[in-house]
Amino acid sequence: MTIKATLLASALIFSPLAATAADLTIGFSQIGSESGWRAAETTVTKQEAEARGINLKFADAQQKQENQISALRSFIAQGVDAILVAPVVATGWDEVLEEAQDSDIPVILLDRTVDAPDNLYLTAVTSDLVHEGSVAGQWLVDDVAGADCRIVELQGTTGSSPAIDRKAGFEKAIAGHENLEIVRSQTGDFTRSQGKVVMESFLKAEGGKNICALYAHNDDMAVGAIQAIKEAGLKPGEDIRIVAIDAVPDAHLAIANGEMNATIELTPNMAGPALDALAAYLADGTTPPKWIQTESRLYTAADDNQAIYETKKGLGY
Amino acid sequence: MTRHQFIRRITPQLIILGVVLALNFLVFHDFFKIEFQNGRLFGNVIDVLNRGAPTALLCVGMTLVIATKGIDLSVGAIMAIAGATAASLIVDGHNWVSALMGALAVGALCGVWNGFLVAFLRIQPIVATLVLMVAGRGIAQLITEGTILTFLDEGLIHLGAGTVLGIPTPVLIWLFLGGAVAFFVRRTALGMLIESIGINEASSRLAGINSRVLLLCVYVVSGIGAAVAGVIVAADIQGADANNAGLWLELDAILAVVIGGNSLLGGRFSIVASLLGAMIIQSVNSVILLSGMPPEFNLVIKALLILAILVIQSPKVGHLIYILRASAPPPEVKQTTPVKDVN
Repeated sequence: MTIKATLLASALIFSPLAATAADLTIGFSQIGSESGWRAAETTVTKQEAEARGINLKFADAQQKQENQISALRSFIAQGVDAILVAPVVATGWDEVLEEAQDSDIPVILLDRTVDAPDNLYLTAVTSDLVHEGSVAGQWLVDDVAGADCRIVELQGTTGSSPAIDRKAGFEKAIAGHENLEIVRSQTGDFTRSQGKVVMESFLKAEGGKNICALYAHNDDMAVGAIQAIKEAGLKPGEDIRIVAIDAVPDAHLAIANGEMNATIELTPNMAGPALDALAAYLADGTTPPKWIQTESRLYTAADDNQAIYETKKGLGY
Repeated sequence: MTRHQFIRRITPQLIILGVVLALNFLVFHDFFKIEFQNGRLFGNVIDVLNRGAPTALLCVGMTLVIATKGIDLSVGAIMAIAGATAASLIVDGHNWVSALMGALAVGALCGVWNGFLVAFLRIQPIVATLVLMVAGRGIAQLITEGTILTFLDEGLIHLGAGTVLGIPTPVLIWLFLGGAVAFFVRRTALGMLIESIGINEASSRLAGINSRVLLLCVYVVSGIGAAVAGVIVAADIQGADANNAGLWLELDAILAVVIGGNSLLGGRFSIVASLLGAMIIQSVNSVILLSGMPPEFNLVIKALLILAILVIQSPKVGHLIYILRASAPPPEVKQTTPVKDVN
């Protein structure tokens, strides 16, 4: 009886592999679900795999690298066709990546890169944080069209790479435009409540009328700041221009309501380009570039934000 | 405690608060300006009172817990759970009163859990409350399903972002609850019973104090305070953020109690002094925000200011000041003749 059950179970486990050659089985090791964006990335990855008829094995690492490494090892042991991994930290990957390479399983990095020789993975699909910041800065340069503008900046968590890079990109874009000046810059820790608290102090320290634009390193802080601006009796989006990064559903809603001006998308669809690159590689051995940069798309009031909000809302943000 | 003793007890906190507020004035000269606009008081002092509300609410319960020689590390996580509960009840179509009641009930339940572990299973408070501190955010995430649960219910939002007679609602809530608890423990024997547990639980029990129930009760008060704070924080941003609501706030609450001059070893306590401690912490935060320094300095500035406050309050420094004053050249001999006691 036990033997029969074991045989049946193993037959069930291996049946997707045996079905057809075209059917791919891919393992996906996700960091966890620490943010809405991460949850959306998981949802989109599953959708993209399903649309391509790929059997996706999903493993949630709950923010722990050892969980990711053991997930990768079990994918290797199961003989998957490829592995997607969103690495929780940059270091300590060499050994397990070598094991994957020894088994001829291509590994694709999503959203973040690792400190390992780049021959150990097929490609990395990430966004360019500096580029995101410069798209935001360029939007503001174009929008004020030469008028004087005093900017306040809500930074991300001090010392985190999105905060450093998004700040650098924005500053690069507004450099050389004498009319634009960052007058206050403080961390809002990427959260709504800190965004609101810090914006309150900006409004008092500078005077609401003297602030022309707000640049927030993520949408959550911008959404908090919008409430602070409203409570100060000003009109967000009109009295103070607001540009932020991420394009989460609530930011689209704020733009649709005229309370925010622009957001730059950090697309949760990292798996789409990754799976396309993988398909090409498996079909005829086309080696993709080592870094595939995702599009940092600018959304403004010109887009149909209400509709985008409705579609994005279901992604688990 | 007579009025005179009470004033003497909170004098150090009042002086420190005055100094930190003066520091605020130095970095931003309009600090004390209060305007009335859009039907609400608007100014930095109001912000300090308003933004200090969560810490103030936490430190009321924390003071009582610490007075029993305990500590409650789970309050930040309880805030997240309570906020998530309130938001999900609103999203499910309940009105704001039942959402608030639901959140308070969950807070009380968390308090019962902590109190049960401490009072009945005799687990050390720091370990017992650590359990909920770690697990709490997970519970909150289960309730919100990992998203920031947003809501637009006017009644609930009013608790966090609204005003009553121009004063932000959170300010009134913490003043009322803090005042009520302080009044209740000081006008009845309750405060003294709590102190006696902190000083020597065994002898308190032998003296006939039901220490287990009292211990349970202080953790429940702490849980309810945290639940109110959690609802306020969620209402303020119109959404329950399970990851970040009340994050590390338990440490600010403990710090407020310590700045309030209460011993972590239990015993004598003053809720009013702890509340002043909470306002001192918020004023320090305000200095940092208004100074316009790069954010890399935030934590360093905060640490230095807090260190200065604690050093000034330390018994050794107090003793040193006493010695210096005593060793100073004696004042001019007074011309009055000492009166001998003839009795």
